[in-house]
Amino acid sequence: MPAAGRAPDAPGERVISTVLDPAVLTPLVVHTEAWINFDVGLLIDRFWANTINGLAYGSIYALVALGYTLVYGVLQLINFAHSEIFVIGVFGVYLTFLGLGFEPGALPNLPLAAIILDLLLAGVVAMVVAGLAAVGLERVAYRPLRRRNAPRLAFLITAIGASFAIQQVIRIVRGSNPEGTIRLLPPSPAFTVFGAPVTNLQIVIILASIAMFIVADQFVNRSRLGRGIRAVAQDPATATLMGVNRERVIMITFLVGGVLAGAAALFYLMTIPQGAVYNGGFLLGIKAFTAAVLGGIGNLRGALLGGLILGVAENYGQSLFGGDWRDVVAFVLLVLVLMFRPTGILGESLARSRA
Amino acid sequence: MRTRFATVSHWWNRQSRPVQWAYMVPVVLFLLALPVLNPPIITTEPYTDFPISLFNAAVFALIAIGLNVVIGQAGLLDLGYVGFFAIGAYTAALLSSPDSELGVRYPWLVIVPIAMVVTMISGVILGTPTLRLRGDYLAIVTLGFGEIVRLLADNVDPLRGNRGFQNIARPGGEFADGTPIFSQTDALGFYWLAVIIIVIVLLFMGNLERSRVGRAWIAVREDEDAAELSGVPTYRFKIWAFAIGAAVGGLSGTLFAAQVGYVNNQRFDVTTSILYLAAVVLGGQGNKVGVIVGAFIVSYIPDRFQFEPQYRFLVFGIALIVLMIFRPQGLLGMRQHLLTYGRQAYQKLFGARAAVAPSGLSASSRARGDLPEAVPDDHAGTSPRGGGE
Amino acid sequence: MSEPTHDSTSTSLDVPPSEEGLLESLEHMDAAERAEHDAAVSASVAPARDFAVAQGETLLAVDGLTVRFGGLTALDDVTFDVKRGEILGLIGPNGAGKTTCFNIMTGVYRPTAGDVRLEGQSLARMKRYRIIQAGVARTFQNIRLFGAMTALENVVVGTDARHRTSVPGALLRLPRHRREERDAVEKAMALLEFVGIADRAADKATALPYGYQRRLEIARALATEPKLLCLDEPAAGFSATEKDALSELILKIRDDGYTVVIVEHDMRVVLGVTDRLVVLDFGRKIADGLPDEVRRDPAVISAYLGGAVEDAPAGAGEEDA
Repeated sequence: MPAAGRAPDAPGERVISTVLDPAVLTPLVVHTEAWINFDVGLLIDRFWANTINGLAYGSIYALVALGYTLVYGVLQLINFAHSEIFVIGVFGVYLTFLGLGFEPGALPNLPLAAIILDLLLAGVVAMVVAGLAAVGLERVAYRPLRRRNAPRLAFLITAIGASFAIQQVIRIVRGSNPEGTIRLLPPSPAFTVFGAPVTNLQIVIILASIAMFIVADQFVNRSRLGRGIRAVAQDPATATLMGVNRERVIMITFLVGGVLAGAAALFYLMTIPQGAVYNGGFLLGIKAFTAAVLGGIGNLRGALLGGLILGVAENYGQSLFGGDWRDVVAFVLLVLVLMFRPTGILGESLARSRA
Repeated sequence: MRTRFATVSHWWNRQSRPVQWAYMVPVVLFLLALPVLNPPIITTEPYTDFPISLFNAAVFALIAIGLNVVIGQAGLLDLGYVGFFAIGAYTAALLSSPDSELGVRYPWLVIVPIAMVVTMISGVILGTPTLRLRGDYLAIVTLGFGEIVRLLADNVDPLRGNRGFQNIARPGGEFADGTPIFSQTDALGFYWLAVIIIVIVLLFMGNLERSRVGRAWIAVREDEDAAELSGVPTYRFKIWAFAIGAAVGGLSGTLFAAQVGYVNNQRFDVTTSILYLAAVVLGGQGNKVGVIVGAFIVSYIPDRFQFEPQYRFLVFGIALIVLMIFRPQGLLGMRQHLLTYGRQAYQKLFGARAAVAPSGLSASSRARGDLPEAVPDDHAGTSPRGGGE
Repeated sequence: MSEPTHDSTSTSLDVPPSEEGLLESLEHMDAAERAEHDAAVSASVAPARDFAVAQGETLLAVDGLTVRFGGLTALDDVTFDVKRGEILGLIGPNGAGKTTCFNIMTGVYRPTAGDVRLEGQSLARMKRYRIIQAGVARTFQNIRLFGAMTALENVVVGTDARHRTSVPGALLRLPRHRREERDAVEKAMALLEFVGIADRAADKATALPYGYQRRLEIARALATEPKLLCLDEPAAGFSATEKDALSELILKIRDDGYTVVIVEHDMRVVLGVTDRLVVLDFGRKIADGLPDEVRRDPAVISAYLGGAVEDAPAGAGEEDA
């Protein structure tokens, strides 16, 4: 980013600003040739709120990033269409809500237990649908190419085509406007950290994401199938010779990635209830991929770490530069990481290094 | 079908380059006359103005030619190509629109070289850090680049976001009756201009292809490490591919901006980049004529048959998958010729009779008169490597 | 790596190509014309470069070369010379570090310590394509040709290493570009003839028979006019007849003015062509000398696990291509 001006060192001035009082804030806003404004005061004021929001939102990135990382680890393929698998999950959740009789806009008047049950149901539906969609995608788009031993570029182009096609199918079926808002569980502050509220939703999302991550991590590192996945990631030829069924491993990998994307879809729609829209996966997908690269693509723990870091960094960026620049933060971060540490923070562990 | 095509391309490849161009003259003349003839079945009217539809197809073709350098020749998957198109269009706007804060009103002919240099530089700036990356990372970074260009257009004040720029300069000149050749309402003049630009760009691209540069690109695409270990400065030529592709993208942006006369932030989303990709892949990566056909399909067919835009995207998304699986070399997969004096060389080797374009046949089997259609001479994208390396 | 092709002639290449696939134009020559023609070909293939060292002097100096990958020491303080005009064999059991040594010499890896100098100029920090331009060319153990290009075009890519045309020159077809192109095609054709595959010049590299592909790699490397040619297991996968033809070719290359380093497992080829041997074992040099001395060296014999050197397994099943 062209940083046209220097922000003043702010800690001393922080005292005078409060978040909601623009009159107080104005002196701290440095106007830099009408391009980008640095608002250090806001960054510092919202530091803890940003951190908590970022962790919650970042864990959604992390779950989607796991899908990229798993597939990349096994196939060395950026599965561009993974973002659309996520969107399928989002619509799975949304349509389940509709099927359960919830109306857009209305707040449900149900006991908490029933709501939790409904959310669980929607989550399971999303995970199943997204998992199956991922497996189907692999069958239709990638397996034929593997059979033909196609070059890498062909896989990428197919992935883009698939992403595009799925997106358009959703658009044709559900229209191009976002779906109405269905909020089952309105966020309410549960406690505060350094004055920043933590909502019940955020607690649920962070805890559930970490739980899902642990399950996935254990699956890959402990189970027999997971051993197969790691074997194929390291050396497909040898793994096949040793009796690992490569096609099955690939299918399982896509399935796991899809299921995690389905879970992410539930958390996403709980956080952003108006977010069910056909192209909602594009930005989220590219950010989740950034998260995967950030942590070290092919590395499960890296995906988690990368997701959380990206979620937080993005919020800081939003406060510092303004909401319009929020999305640029992820891209710039991606480019910087790839330039200076292309193997990510934790390195590429699942993937073998290329000769 | 395939047999006939193979025969035609066989015959075509046997002709010398000047002869090929001589054959092209009537074709180009026909293309120039097309909007005037307005032939019944081909025309897109009454739905879409025919000259405008043709002009759009021509701009698309120009874009595809530029993108082909990057994707088809050098094998670099650039998904942010629309960014260069946008930079070209915005350069034209900033340098000529009265809405621009720069306060200058340069004529179009001055703008074109400036815009090409600006986009070329932006191509180098994007390429310098990213072209050291692995190919698949490049795809996603360029995707991000395209999006950043759009976000800049949205958010940077002097670029006026949604309000955009009015009255962008267009080339001058009048017909005998005093009506301007280049106008917003009648795209005829602009279409002619676009076709002429395409012909010129094709000539230059042909020169590049049959040179050290074109060979370096193909070598990079085929096996980058082996290329470097055969003495090809791979990084430098990848940057060149990016820069040249960008310049052509910028050129098409200025052409487009001049015709429409108006630029705002609405036309440069990433989905457009994917349509460009579809055009290149559809027609045949690496093959100039192929990508023009691809661009024509992507741009003209929906106009002619009144596709809903949403179906257009769906159809071309599916087309990408189907093509990669069943015909990765595109509809018109043809070998490129990479030697300036290649034809003479092969003729000297095998004599005029057998001096066909390089193919998969050995001289001896050619002498026996084996059928040419069995020749796998068009597998530009299917060399038996990839996946398992 | 070697793909079966549609061409039935590709499967067996036991007959040396010079006897099977003659150029049509050559069929009509008598013996004297043939000899004259061959001399012309050899002359145009010979390296046209200025050397800083005379025949028999040290061309390439490998000096204290050490390479570690993580904890693994692939090369440990290896020192040897290559004299201009000789054929040096670099041999040793599997995993001895031969290919690693090649990879350092051509810039694929960077040495952990030590240096490689060509005519006194250090190659250790040079960019890969610069190393080629400086004069070290190589072939690959597993063939790496540009599959979409013809044989002739593959070789012309090699000649491009000596060319200076860039985008402006090519775009405008400036005179230097045209001159370079004409010379390149001439030279590349001569090279194809020199290695004996000119009859398939117009064929796609992937459509060539295996033996032709190996020879094409040599032609592409020679096209860069190397001062030093590195051949990485050129006889891998060859039949006995093909190996003989290859040995002949390697000798012909040397006689044409090139210096050759060869990594090869097949002892018949190695002993048949090399002037001197360097033996590596577990990353260390264990012997260096004339082939006859080296094969009697006890250290070498024990490195090959007691087996007589002549009986070292040869041919199929050994290369990891």
